[in-house]
Amino acid sequence: MKKSLLAQEFLINTIIKISGYSAIFFVGIIFYFLLSQGLPALNQVDFSSLLNPRWYPIEEYYGLLPLISGSLVVTLGATMVAVPFGIGTAIFIAEVAPRWARELLKPFVEILAGLPSVVLGFLGIVALSPILRNLLNLPTGLSALAGSLLLGAIAIPTIVSVAEDALDAVPKEYRDGALALGATEWQTIWTITLPAARSGVLTASMLGIARAIGETMTVMMVTGNAPVLANSLRVFFSPVRTMTATIAAEMGEVANGSTHYHVLFLIGIVLFVISLVINITISAALFQHTKRSEKLLS
Amino acid sequence: MTKIIPLTIIFFLITLSACDSPPNSQDIENNSTINQIYIENKGSDTIVNLALAWAEAYQAVNPEVQISVTGGGSGTGIAALINNTVDIANASRRIKEKEIENAKANGIEPVEFIIARDAIAIIVNPNNPINELTLEQISAIYAGDINNWKEIGGEDRPIVRLSRETNSGTHVYFLEEVLRLGDNESKLLFSTDTLLLPSSEGIIKEVSQNPNTIGYDGLGYVTEEVKVIAVSQKGSKEYIFPSATTVNNGQYPIARDLYMYTNGYPQGALKIYLDWILASEAQLIVTELGFVPIIKQ
Repeated sequence: MKKSLLAQEFLINTIIKISGYSAIFFVGIIFYFLLSQGLPALNQVDFSSLLNPRWYPIEEYYGLLPLISGSLVVTLGATMVAVPFGIGTAIFIAEVAPRWARELLKPFVEILAGLPSVVLGFLGIVALSPILRNLLNLPTGLSALAGSLLLGAIAIPTIVSVAEDALDAVPKEYRDGALALGATEWQTIWTITLPAARSGVLTASMLGIARAIGETMTVMMVTGNAPVLANSLRVFFSPVRTMTATIAAEMGEVANGSTHYHVLFLIGIVLFVISLVINITISAALFQHTKRSEKLLS
Repeated sequence: MTKIIPLTIIFFLITLSACDSPPNSQDIENNSTINQIYIENKGSDTIVNLALAWAEAYQAVNPEVQISVTGGGSGTGIAALINNTVDIANASRRIKEKEIENAKANGIEPVEFIIARDAIAIIVNPNNPINELTLEQISAIYAGDINNWKEIGGEDRPIVRLSRETNSGTHVYFLEEVLRLGDNESKLLFSTDTLLLPSSEGIIKEVSQNPNTIGYDGLGYVTEEVKVIAVSQKGSKEYIFPSATTVNNGQYPIARDLYMYTNGYPQGALKIYLDWILASEAQLIVTELGFVPIIKQ
């Protein structure tokens, strides 16, 4: 019996180890595949033509700048919507709301997280875009703004649930101590609880932003997909084309191994690198500011 | 020992999923014990409703044949034919030289069938007072030279240009025959702020809601929610509405042939199906769906 138990232990240990390392393995494989499919584009297309302000692949215009700027504009907009709202909601749920409201709010946020993005996109087309057009007197509501608002809505649940967990993990003694010293509830939240939970809150924002930049279906449906290069703030109110929507809309049409095919993978690499940069920046910011006391706590 | 059971199930599932690969039509036809015949049919979104109607009518009479029809755009269908994942590719434009080269490099020999004709309707919002445009005006609008409806006698509103995505055959046809007015030398492109919408329905929806828009779509897709505009021939001032009659007698300028492509000359069940499509019974369905049949009824 003892022997079989040992064998069982060994088997389960091995399986858990394999699943752990498999994440690294899969990321490696995906990265290798992206590079092998995307880098040939640099041989087939001049670097200068990748900087062309026009994206029109069927006539061999492969300018990536409008797509990159489109993605950045929509993601920036979504961040401005999702981070304040997400963290605000998390603070409300974790710190302010009475117990019954908390029990009610959490499942609702989870339902929001479970909404298929195509449903949000459809709502964007039939409801949000006409409202935006009439309200702001725009030529069309299918714009970066509509994309930002919907992506914000998609990113909020991610931010709320992660940030709320982080706030929850702050020891009760911190709050009690602050309140005992005469701080108001808001002062306690702003100067004690939130800074103590900073790493978790930042992680939440990062996950939210990453969710927004990678989202495809909704932006493809509501941003109008016009590859216009962003050159002023007005671009928020006009149609844009994102990298993800471009890959999704065009990948089906390309013949394997064509220039267009490789350029689409190159866009994938750019997207990957941008996500990586966001990740690294925020981790670096976190690492720099982590004090010894917080390290001990976490 | 009971803890082992869930693991066994997981391993069992993994093994199962590894064995599961979709059957190829050729394999099935060669296998005499199974009589089902599968035909994979993919491509143009313009043709997808027509192809579905044909598939349903055909399967009702020939239950041993199963036809699966999907859209995605002409480029998508032809790419699938080149990659040898479909039996029939639907296209609302002719296959390009480059695509034929790619196909031959993959050992595929595309064979063309003209299966119906289609008019492309120019559509605007019902509240737009404009009723007719010349082909040259439409070209100037999409090229970005005309940016306000008042320049062509409408209200003082910005023009929002709507187009299908670049993988749509309708997009390519429109680029060549309308924007460039059929001039092969022209390098004119769509204005960069042209909205590229992923579906015909998306265009109809936006045009029906937004009074600033102009769009184009296959006549078979146009609904009551939008207004169809009469268009003149190049260099003419006689405005014509799209219909089966004006397409067949050549009066309406924006009409094209619709195609199906197969790998090599079709054999067996595939040949019978394509012959049926080209005959009068199937062409009657063409008329019902708002397209133009290739043979006189």
